[in-house]
Amino acid sequence: MQSSWTWVKNHDIISRLDNGQRVVQEIIHALRCHEWKQDDVFAVHLALEEAVVNAIRHGNGLDPAKRVRVETKISAQRCWIQVEDEGSGFDPREVPDCTANENLEKPGGRGLLLMQNFMSSVEYNEAGNRVVMEKVLD
Amino acid sequence: MADPQRISCDMIDDDVAVVQFKDRKILDEGAIQDLGRELFGLVEEAKHKKILLDFTNVEFLSSAALGKLISMHKKVEQAEGKLEMCSIRPEIYDVFKITRLNEKFDIYDDRDTALGAFRA
Repeated sequence: MQSSWTWVKNHDIISRLDNGQRVVQEIIHALRCHEWKQDDVFAVHLALEEAVVNAIRHGNGLDPAKRVRVETKISAQRCWIQVEDEGSGFDPREVPDCTANENLEKPGGRGLLLMQNFMSSVEYNEAGNRVVMEKVLD
Repeated sequence: MADPQRISCDMIDDDVAVVQFKDRKILDEGAIQDLGRELFGLVEEAKHKKILLDFTNVEFLSSAALGKLISMHKKVEQAEGKLEMCSIRPEIYDVFKITRLNEKFDIYDDRDTALGAFRA
């Protein structure tokens, strides 16, 4: 499948939210150029936004000395994204279920759930500082 | 309250504050903080009891924006008011559904139906 990628890009940014926004916008633009449908672009946009913000804010704690690396591969049918930060990582299994009745009114903790629902697959490495997610169109 | 930058607010029938979002994408950290302040001001300062959030302009929102909506919902409930939402596009409605917030919020297809629900 490697040969089918038509857009491949590596970003290596300082942990600032505006840098993250620029990366997200560039990737979303690339999807549109590949004529992805609006709802599929929305899905990747949402997941990517959550992953990048998590890496910058929670992973690296907005520390400008730490970097976030985003690798992206896009084809007409697939979008593969890896986001890695330099933080100590987290265990996604320990994130409380935000759809449990007792957590429904808590203001945070929904990013991971949204990523899992809007992408075809989402996987963290053992350390919990790198996420690989993929959207495969039907 | 200073002039809002993120929302516009019109009064309907003198008692319903109808809020439109100025941003098509609600994701920038600073914008979300401003949005929260401006929304909360409608309850805490302007003392509105009936508030309708009209999402017609909104194409995208992040989970951080959801957090502000949840806080807003709580503030309105604490003030014994009523918060409604309307005109949410399907992709964004999916976000509410996945997070089960559609069960917490009063969501209507369009503005007229939402305004009718205030009168019911």
